[in-house]
Amino acid sequence: MDQPQASPLLTATGFCKSFAGFVALDHVDFTLHAGEIHALLGENGAGKSTLIKTMTGVVQRDAGSLTLNGEEIAPHSAKEAAKAGIATVYQEVNLAPNLSVAQNLFLGRQPTRLGFVREGEMRRRARALVAEFGLDVDVSLPLERYSVAVQHIVAIARAVDLSARVLILDEPTASLDAHEVEVLFAVMRQLRARGIGIVFVTHFLDQVYAVCDRITVLRNGRLAGTAAVADMPRMDLVTMMLGHELSEATHVRPPHREGGETLAIFSGFGKAGYVEPFDLTLQKGRVVGLAGLLGSGRTETARLVFGAERADHGSATVAGREAKLASPGEALRLGFGYCPEERKTEGIVAELSVRENIVLALQARRGVLKPLSRREQDAIARRFIELLDIRPPDPERPIGLLSGGNQQKALLARWLATEPRLLILDEPTRGIDVGAHAEIIQLIRKLCAEGMALLIVSSELEEIVTYADEVIVLRDRAHVARLTGDALSVSGILGAIAADASQAA
Amino acid sequence: MIRFMPLAATTVVFLLGFLACAIAFPNFASLRVVMDLLTDNAFLGIVAVGMTFVIISGGIDLSVGAVIGFTTVFLALAIERAGIPPVAAFALILVICALYGALMGAAIQYFELPAFIVTLAGMFLARGASFLLSTESIPINAPLYADLADNALRLGGGARLTVPAMIMLAVVLGGAALLHFTRFGANVYALGGSRGSAALMGIDVGRTTVAIYTLSSVLAGVAGIVFSLYTSSGYSLSAVGVELDAIAAAVIGGTLLSGGYGFVFGTFVGVLIQGLIQTYITFDGTLSSWWAKIATGLLLFAFIAFQQATLHVARRRRPAGVTSP
Repeated sequence: MDQPQASPLLTATGFCKSFAGFVALDHVDFTLHAGEIHALLGENGAGKSTLIKTMTGVVQRDAGSLTLNGEEIAPHSAKEAAKAGIATVYQEVNLAPNLSVAQNLFLGRQPTRLGFVREGEMRRRARALVAEFGLDVDVSLPLERYSVAVQHIVAIARAVDLSARVLILDEPTASLDAHEVEVLFAVMRQLRARGIGIVFVTHFLDQVYAVCDRITVLRNGRLAGTAAVADMPRMDLVTMMLGHELSEATHVRPPHREGGETLAIFSGFGKAGYVEPFDLTLQKGRVVGLAGLLGSGRTETARLVFGAERADHGSATVAGREAKLASPGEALRLGFGYCPEERKTEGIVAELSVRENIVLALQARRGVLKPLSRREQDAIARRFIELLDIRPPDPERPIGLLSGGNQQKALLARWLATEPRLLILDEPTRGIDVGAHAEIIQLIRKLCAEGMALLIVSSELEEIVTYADEVIVLRDRAHVARLTGDALSVSGILGAIAADASQAA
Repeated sequence: MIRFMPLAATTVVFLLGFLACAIAFPNFASLRVVMDLLTDNAFLGIVAVGMTFVIISGGIDLSVGAVIGFTTVFLALAIERAGIPPVAAFALILVICALYGALMGAAIQYFELPAFIVTLAGMFLARGASFLLSTESIPINAPLYADLADNALRLGGGARLTVPAMIMLAVVLGGAALLHFTRFGANVYALGGSRGSAALMGIDVGRTTVAIYTLSSVLAGVAGIVFSLYTSSGYSLSAVGVELDAIAAAVIGGTLLSGGYGFVFGTFVGVLIQGLIQTYITFDGTLSSWWAKIATGLLLFAFIAFQQATLHVARRRRPAGVTSP
């Protein structure tokens, strides 16, 4: 497919990496040519960051070889990679915000005379350097005085000036506005013209089509495909990222459930710059799925509903009463529960035992003045360990020692113990083994049958169509489609994600 | 320039304070008072310069007061009991201090321990060690001490620029040059800005950290030498709490306790302000010396509030178009 131009600039062959038994990269090949902008795409956990980290030596690969300009290299740190000519600019700009722009550009290699930094000379060189990138900034001011876009360009300028031939941009546009993105793209095009190879990680498809030459897609740690942008229509790209052939539903869906009693109605609910206002109705015994690409506003919607982020538009009515949903505490009192996606950072308390993790939310709802007795705690822990088949069935084991699937079940147990009316699950099957997938889905169905309302964020489209009664598709932080009944299918969801204002898929 | 605001404010406070003192006491506005101010606060000024480096790098050094105390006892014993020539004793104690600081820096860096805890342990160790050496105040009668005390630049009107004051001024100038005009100084700021980023930018974070704490301990050793010259004795209880005075001087001088911002000159003015308060109380004669602590405390509060306000303004003035992801 790809036209072999001269010899490639950077070639990664057969990259493998496992973390404690979890395969993050499985024989991935990646080729970058000089003077091209190459999009590296994939959903969360597809292996993008692992590929970048193994190429730059931040993480050591298990297998595979890396060549730069035909020479085999094996960097062991970001510093060594930079020396070899591979520089990375992260979304979080890794510069010293309190130092001047000039100091940031030349830190560690300032021009000196008799041990003293030649401030004038350094500023002169810094001005020349930023001018090359079309920036008009006072290089003697602290970096933090400038916008994130400028900081990104300064980081790129520093990297390129350190003789980088390969520039890896890890989601540089995530926090930029449209104009700033254009400025960054201009810089990228200019570097491409200078023969630098750029790896561009993003999850904005529009940006891929705006600036990139080739695309490589990773999925579940494997290479899903690589092609020139012109040969990859939007629909094919989305299908490749989410990994579904457009064959019609292979799974049999349970009969469509009629909505029960209405639990919550959100109308015009939203927050400026976070999620566009949306309408959402949640009913008892019904599952609403949220689908879309990473960064499309799925998790953001869930957080608004739970009050983890405060809405500034619209209103919410819960069980017939107006609700503000200003804080998670209020959501808890309304009988909401929320299992976040980032189990490790937002969910489990790794050092505490399974029992303590399970009773956490229930205790929080009762308040500190009404502690659960140890006997009650033991009873609750035993009941859920048995009900959800948490293994090993030891309530006193620190939860950090359990597998991902069992941690997820314990988290579910935490919310089930509070007997919520609405349970919000963010990627309930992410990062857990296949067997546990089926169990979690089984559980979702059971909870639903018991009359709980569920709001589920998932990238697993085939799964979501099997348990959801309604799927809301998000794109660019807005709810763009609502699918129910026969329209609710994998291809329907894919179509809605790929549809784009200018070109209807 | 918002960056220089705290520095300017500190300088203005000092000048106003001096003016107030000069109005209250007719004899105050003299070169002699200024020179005495320098001499009396020489050891604090020296140790506060080291503290400035440490705080700007995002750390803290609680051990410096105890290191000063240890130094005075060590010198007294080495010179008076062991008969080591004073200059050799000075060199020896500075080497010991350097090793001590390097050890603390290494513990902070390589065991990933908080600087607060490591230097707190360093404080107890150094103070305990000086008690172990001697619990009494030992007078130092070496001829060099008497010579150095007489050896001062006479500026007329009874004003004398003493050796301790000269050492302090040299340390302030040298410290300012090192912090503001060298690569090492830029690295110190980079560490305070973000340790992780500094490492990714290729700064040897470990070596810089060790160097910073070594510098702080060596300056504490120098301050100890100056203190022993000033008092002509060694006493294990000397300079108790000086680390807190040094921190206060740095903060009053505009150094941000969370690291990344500050100037050596600001610290110098911070030391002078504390000295000024002390001098006022001496001149007044009726006030208890604890009023110095109360005034310092109030000033600290005022300056921290002022810093937060300027930071807030600085952040507000950042260009728009920056949203969190």
